[in-house]
Order: sequence, then C-alpha cells, then structure tokens
Amino acid sequence: MIRINCPYCGERDHSEFNYGGDATIKYPSLNSSEREWTEAIFFRKNIKGFQLETWHHSHGCRMWLVVERSTVTHEIKSVKPCHPDFQKVVENNK
Amino acid sequence: MKTSRLDKYGKINRDKILSFSWDKKKYKGFEGDTLASALLANNIGIVGRSFKYHRPRGIFSSGVEESGALVTIGSKDKRDPNVRATTQELYDGLEARGQNAFPNVNFDLAGINNYLGGFFAAGFYYKTFMGIPPLEWGRGTAIWMFFEKFIRKAAGMGSASGLPDPDTYEHAHDFCDLIVVGSGPAGVAAAIEAAEKKLDVILVEQDSLIGGNQLAENDFDNSQIKNQLENLGIKIMTRTTAFGLYDNCVVGLLERVTDHISAPNVNIPRQRFWTIRAKHIIVGAGAIERHIAFNNNDIPGVMTVNASKHYLNRYGVLTGKRIVIATNNDSVYETAHQLSEAGANVTVLDSRTNFEIETNKSFEIRKGYVPYNINGSKKIDSLDISKSETINKSETINCDQVLLSGGWSPAVHLLSHRGVKPKWDYNNACFLPSDTKENITMVGSSRGLWNKNDCIASGIAGTTDALNRLGISKTNYFFPKPGGWKNPIQPLYEVKYKKSRSKSFVDYQHDVTTDDVRLAHREGFISVEHLKRYTTLGMANDQGKMGNIIGLSLMAELLNKEIPEVGTTVFRPPYTPVSIGALSGRNVGKHFRPLRVTPMHQWNIDHGAKMIEVGLYQRPWYYPKENETLIDSYIREASTVRKTVGICDVTSLGKIAIQGPDSTEFLNRIYSNGFSKLQVGKARYGIMLRDDGIVMDDGTSWRLAENEYFMTTSTGEAAKVMSWLEELLQTRWTDLNVNVTSVSEQWAGISVAGPKSREVLNNCVDDSLVVTNNNLPFMGVTSTFLKGNIPCRIARISFSGELAFEVYVKSDFANTMMDLLWANAKKYDGCLYGLEALGALRVEKGHVTAAELDGRVTIDDAGLSKMASTKKSYIGSAMRKRGVLKNNDREILVGFFPTNLKETFNAGTIVCEKNNIKGQGIGRITSVTYSPELGHWIGLGFVKGGLDKWKDTNLVGADPVRNKQMNLKVVSPHMIDPKGERMYA
Ligand SMILES: [Zn+2]
Repeated sequence: MIRINCPYCGERDHSEFNYGGDATIKYPSLNSSEREWTEAIFFRKNIKGFQLETWHHSHGCRMWLVVERSTVTHEIKSVKPCHPDFQKVVENNK
Repeated sequence: MKTSRLDKYGKINRDKILSFSWDKKKYKGFEGDTLASALLANNIGIVGRSFKYHRPRGIFSSGVEESGALVTIGSKDKRDPNVRATTQELYDGLEARGQNAFPNVNFDLAGINNYLGGFFAAGFYYKTFMGIPPLEWGRGTAIWMFFEKFIRKAAGMGSASGLPDPDTYEHAHDFCDLIVVGSGPAGVAAAIEAAEKKLDVILVEQDSLIGGNQLAENDFDNSQIKNQLENLGIKIMTRTTAFGLYDNCVVGLLERVTDHISAPNVNIPRQRFWTIRAKHIIVGAGAIERHIAFNNNDIPGVMTVNASKHYLNRYGVLTGKRIVIATNNDSVYETAHQLSEAGANVTVLDSRTNFEIETNKSFEIRKGYVPYNINGSKKIDSLDISKSETINKSETINCDQVLLSGGWSPAVHLLSHRGVKPKWDYNNACFLPSDTKENITMVGSSRGLWNKNDCIASGIAGTTDALNRLGISKTNYFFPKPGGWKNPIQPLYEVKYKKSRSKSFVDYQHDVTTDDVRLAHREGFISVEHLKRYTTLGMANDQGKMGNIIGLSLMAELLNKEIPEVGTTVFRPPYTPVSIGALSGRNVGKHFRPLRVTPMHQWNIDHGAKMIEVGLYQRPWYYPKENETLIDSYIREASTVRKTVGICDVTSLGKIAIQGPDSTEFLNRIYSNGFSKLQVGKARYGIMLRDDGIVMDDGTSWRLAENEYFMTTSTGEAAKVMSWLEELLQTRWTDLNVNVTSVSEQWAGISVAGPKSREVLNNCVDDSLVVTNNNLPFMGVTSTFLKGNIPCRIARISFSGELAFEVYVKSDFANTMMDLLWANAKKYDGCLYGLEALGALRVEKGHVTAAELDGRVTIDDAGLSKMASTKKSYIGSAMRKRGVLKNNDREILVGFFPTNLKETFNAGTIVCEKNNIKGQGIGRITSVTYSPELGHWIGLGFVKGGLDKWKDTNLVGADPVRNKQMNLKVVSPHMIDPKGERMYA
C-alpha cells in the first residue's frame, strides 16, 4: 500500500486518493488545434523511476496534489498541492 | 513409527485433558498440544494421502512448512479444509478428519494412482488435454472439460463446505514505529532494544507462545521474557502471522482469534485481518529445515530433525524408538543426544567424512554415510544406506523413524515480497537476504545466523539500524557473520540411486519427484519459473518452504550450473494461507458495499415504493397498487403523469454549488453550449465533454445570482463530475476565482410532472404567484417558500416532456415536502412514480441517459449537435470532430418501433440489415419501454447513418442471448410531442 503524505491531512493510505495522471502536461488553450490537443491527451512517457503525477485526495480534503513517485519502488519524494495559492499556504504554515 | 508420550518432557498442561476426534474415533490430548502432537502421542502415523499418487503421508514438521499433515477440521458449515495439523492448537471437542482419501487415509482406493505414476508425471494435464494432434484446440478443450471433474476429484485436497461461512471476521488497523516479526532470540532482543529507546513497538508471533525455535529446547521458559516485554509496553500479538509486506512499511497480519477455542464467544470475530503501518520493519522470521530427496523419502515416519526436537521438548512426545538421523550439518547433534537420552536408539548418518563433533557417545555416528531408500509403505520398516561417494547398497538398518536435515533455509519470504532477491551463500548452502533501501532489517537465523548469541547481537544491531534510518541515532553497528557451526555444511540435496524406479520426492505436497524435475529439463522447461509451472513445484499451499531449494539444486546440476545462476523463484504474499473470510471482513451481505438512501427513503417505502439500486443509491422503482406487476404499475404511473400529475424522488442527482466571480466563465468553458448569456433566474440544460471530445455527462445549471449557480449532474456521474471540476480549478485554470462545493446530501429533490403540476405546486407554495407561466416560464428558476415557511428552490425543467418542475428543499424538510405535495397531487388523481415510469417517459421523448451516454458517444451521435456551440471554445471542442469521430457512418441516436406493433424487444438487441445478420450489425438498442401513449413497445438506440439513411427500410433486431429475432423500423427519437408543446404549456 502506498502512503501519501497529504500536506493538509497528513500521511494517509492511497485508498483515500484517486490517481489523476501525468502532472507535467501543459494543457493547450481551449482554442488550440486538434494536433496540439492530441499531443497533450494521448502521448505519454512511460517513465522508469521518479515521475510527477497528480493524485486527488477524494476521501479527504479534496485537494489535487502533485506527487513525485518512483514507478519502480513506489517511493515518494515529495507531495505538494497543485494549486500555486494552496502551495503558498502550505509553505507559510510549515 | 512407534511414538509415545513421556512423563518428564514437554510444556503441556497435563492437568487439563482435552478430548478430540480423528476420523470419527475419540482420542485424548493435553492443553498445549497441537493436533499433530496429539495425533503422534496417540501413535497415529498416517494422517493424509498425497496429492496425485494418494501415497500415505505422515507428519513431516512441527510448523507452517508442513506439507503432509493437511487435514479437515470441523463439520457442516464450520468445515475448514487443508488445515495444517502442526499449527492447529488442540481444543476440547475438536473434530478432525483425513482428506483426499476414500474411504479413509489408512485404506485409500485411489492408492492405485501410485502404480500409474507414468500418467501423472509433470506436464500430464498439458500433454493429455491441450492440443492433442490431430484434434484442434476446441476439441482438446472439450475433452479437458469432460475429464476435469474426475481428475479434480482424484487429485486434490480437502473440499470446502459449500455453505455460507457462519463466522465473522474483522478488519483492524494499527500504527507503530517498529514492528518486529518473530519472537525468537533475535526478534525479542530487537524489540527490547527498541522499546528501551522509546520506540512504539509491536511484536508479532505466529505461534501461540513467544520464543520461536527456543520452544524446542528442553530448558526454555518464556515467562520471564514475556514479563520483560510487557513491562516495556511492547504490544505482543501471538497467533498472528505477518503474511505480507507492502509498500511504505505496511504489513498485513492475520490474527487467529478463536481458532484454538472449542466454543468461542459469538461476539468475537474468528480472525482479524490487520493492516499495520510502521516506520520500520524488523524481520526475525527464523529458518526452515530442509529434507533430502531419496527413494521413498515420504513414508510416514519421515520428519525433520528439528520437528522431532519440538515434539520431544515442547509436547513430551518421543516420535520414534529406533531413529536414524540423516544429515549434512552440525545442527542435528544436540537433538540426537536428547532423543537418545529420552530412550530412543539413535544412529546419525552424516554425509561428511571429515569433521569433529563432541558427543557423549550415547548414539552412533556413521561418517560419510547417506540414506538412499526407505523400505515400507504405510510405515518405515528399514532404511538402506550407502557410503556417500558412490551410491551402492552397503547396509540396511532396521528403524521406525528417519529424521532428515539437509540444511536450513532462512525465511527470506517477507523480504522477497518487496522484490528483494536473496543471494546464494556457498558456505552455508542457503539463500541469504540482500540489503534493501527500504526500512526493513533482517535479523537472526533469517539472515543465516545459527547461534543464539549471534541472533541476539543481530537483533540489537537491527534496532540500531532502524534508529539510524529513522534519524533518531547515528550509531555504528555490525551484524555477526552468517553461519556459526563448527564444521561447514556439505551440500546434499538428493541421494540418487539409479537401480530403482521408486519415487524420490522434492515437493511432498504436490507430489513432485526428482524425475519430474529431470523430465522438465529434458523438455526444455529449464528456467525456474517454467520449472515451477510445469511441475507445480512449490505451488502447493506450503509454497515450497522445504522443497524449493532441492528442486533448484537438481536443475542446477542438470544444467551444469551453480544454484545462483539458475536463480530463485520469487515468493509472493501470503506467507501462509489467508482465509477469504478474513479478506472480506465485514464487507459481506448487505455490507458488501455502502448503501445510499435519499432523505425521503422511508417515506417512499411507506407509500408503497419497490426500490431498485442505482449505483449505490436506493431509488423508488415503481409504486404497485394491490396486485400490480412492474409493467402494470409503470404503465399506470407514466399514463397518470401524461394525464394529470406525478411526483418522483430525484434526490440522487448530483448537486454542486458553483460560486465566485468567474463562475460564468467557468461554466462557459466546461459546457459545450453557451452559458455566458444565461440570466439570473434561469436554468439551462448543458452537456460536458471530456478532453477527447466524447460526452462525459449532462445536467442543468441554474443561475441563482450574478456569481452563484446550482448545478445538477446525472446520478451515476455525480462523483466524477465533482472531481473533474476540482481538477480543472486546481490544476489547469488556477487563475479562475471559482469555488465548487458538493451539496448533493444537503438538498432533497423531486420532480412534479404533468399537465396539473402547476396547479399542485400552486397549492403548495406560500405565494401562488411565483409559479405562474409569466413568473416562472420554461427553464425559469425561483427561490421561494413552500407552505409552512419551508425555503425551496424551484426550476421549471422537464425530463418527461410534460409541464414539469423540479423542487429542492433542505434534506431535513424532505418528508414535509413529500406530505405537502402528495396531499395536493392526490386531489388531481395524481400518482407517485418511480424510475421505471421515469424511464418510459424519457424514452418516449428521446431523452438520453447513461444507457446512451456510455463513454463512446459524441454530441453529434446523440443527436444533440445544436448543443455544440460554434461561437466559443470549450473542453473537448478541439477534439470532438477528430479522426473517426467525424466519419459519416457513425452510429446515430434513433428511435425503434417493432414492425409488427404487437411484438416486443429488449435492450441489448443488435440491429442488422435484413440479409446480413451477423457480427455487430449496424446498430444497437440501448433502452426499451412500453409506451402507454403510443400503445406499443418502443426503443432508443443507435444505428449507422441514423434516421435519414434507414427511415423507410425494414431492419432486423437480433437478440441471440435471448434467442429472439424481430423486424424493426427506425423512427425519430422524439417519439411523442416532437415540438415540445406540452413542456411550454
Ligand atoms: Zn488531504
């Protein structure tokens, strides 16, 4: 079981969270072309090692988080809120 | 084998006599016995029949590695098959039986399989039943299906009761700094050291007593250790197996709470499934003694040396009178000494020629000798021995027991669960645990330490390692070197005697012989994983705890390689079997999944509703009157809605409050249709697409104020939509000032539909002016009060195609609202209607739901092209016409009528062209209802090319599952009132 240290709730089982996806995607603007959207939606790297991914604390504070996790060992290096303003709040409360 | 209970030995409680039954005969044992020790004390040698050959089998071990004494405990719905007699504690009234035998384990008719060995060699099933030329695949499979039930009956183990499990099981959770697995000297030392350093410690022991293998020592007393552990505040969990290690230091435990009690308190669970979240794990799981493969090495009376020591010193049972010990290492000599002191005649065959050992000469040592064949069938008559260099008959020893020790295998299983491969140690002829970056430390004999002092030192070092890794200390430490015997072990896995074709067992429980391993090699199954699957070596419920290394060494020899080059199989959880009941815990029956009910659930039931599950929700399905069937009832309800008025609970719809200055912009981006010009006091139907242009969900959003909306979603997609909105706001559009809050539980909602709905509502609101056509036009929204000063929100929204309103009140007012509206609806001969009538009404109107919006459908497919704005960009707008989505032969929403209006059809029917009824056809029917309005059955669904293409063609509906076929015609999905005159009324 993966344990994720939610910056708001503390360390919790992964069953409290939902996996989102690749956290590094820059989604194109809504009026971008089909080609740009295709790149953003369908093409994914298959990383062996640490990757940034989003998780939703759906059974907790409902925050979307960026988790730096190893796809090999499940080791988690860092957990941060996705929203920059939430990030600031977390930083200030450390 | 002649066994006997000795007065002066053992730690059993002789004051407490327990009676039990074995194969329906009564026997006696003592408190502290296991079933195995009690059987041995009663001189019962044969306790099982082997898996394939039905050979008589005895008790091989004294612990979890047992592969012979698998028995069935209990009867009727309490029957528990494949229980290891060696770990089952005896209790008064215990009922045990042999299994895999008819009529019983002493005289088993299927013993004939022993002489048909050629048929049952490795790969037997594959060769016999899979693709026998010239039979093609299908036929081979059919033959297998036919024979399978006979083979399964002949080869196998105990059978389950087939009845519902009467016991309760519990899931439990705990947290700690350090969990120590195993209470041998290493584990105890580690736990004490950690507790003294103020760590919060859990100590887990699978046995009923703490002590580990020390329990086999004649002078061991654990009471002082127990006191010390308790005084330090260590949580001791006995009868608890750490069956698996998982990510981030999570440990799975199975606690056997009442398996040792004859009449357990019914309020206590039988077993507890624990999830422990630790910061560090120390594993002192011990080591397991191996046997040696040679001819007939499975005759009852064969046992590991350490097991015999356990039976003598813990249970006071001397397991033989004339005992031969065969070994290749020093670990047996203390036992040999104790067995001879206890009165047995002991001979030790040691394969080594050059070694020194101190003994009191109470037993004979034959240096350089090995066993190569046992004579006897149901018991040992004698043992053929040979010089170890070349195997030739040299002598036969009369004996009634053969004890084996081919070396010890550290229990590296738990570490293996984490993907850490063990490394082979040539000096000690065993696999040792490798280091890991995770917070797991192996201690004691599970890291190959054979001396107690070394084990204790390793326990303390293990805790120091833990403290360092947790950042609590920075102390140097070292682990003692593996080993610890005076003389080195000499590898000995098999004694091969070529002049006989008797069976020589590698894996007792699955009847895997040395010949099977050789056959696998000859046929090319040389990788360890192939060997395992082809021969089933190590795949029984003991998971090859004793036999795996022997199989590996044989393959290494055949390949002319060293053991580490051949590899090792990966151990996976569970370490020992975990019952399904423990895995499911309390999540059985009606607790299988959560139950969601609306605030008027009881009101609905009190008013005659039959309920149906929609996702987790219980929703009213139909409200039958007297003898009405489902069909009678929904036809009446739907007709009443069209004629007068009906009330329906729609609370299960998702409800989301959307607030903030950028709310309008937000909705305009997520819905495919425009929202920028929606006025305050109006609602709009909207469709959301996914990024890839497929429809995600539909619903309505009501503009309550300049910066506040109330959104409804479908019942099934409510949670997904909420997460989606949060994702967009927190990850993509972080500049938007919008807040979304789920208010699904806060509001109770009903639909009031039908030509009389306005009049009913009129009587229910405080101010009757608010619901007039002028003040509340189609898609109008108002916040007002029901009579009795109940705040409510009303929107004039129609799903049924009739004049209709959705009314929402705070959940606490749900019943009051229902009473009020129902009392008034009755005045107009109205009705309560359920999901089935709701479905009939919406199918008649061609409104789509989850049955149509199944995650493959575009806006255009659903016939809702008008809902796709061309004046703005929105989620999915760039992708909704990509590639295949713009093909013009896509399946488009249509209505279906049976050509013969008296016929019916079902959802799931495949739509085909007349002379081409095959495959996926040209479309499908997704929703079907009887239309009270039209007087016949109608359907909604999809067909390639849509209405325009098939308008005047007769098509065929194929329903192969129900063996039905009917002629169909395609019609507009808007099957009644296509202009919507009723809605706008
Ligand atoms: Zn959280």
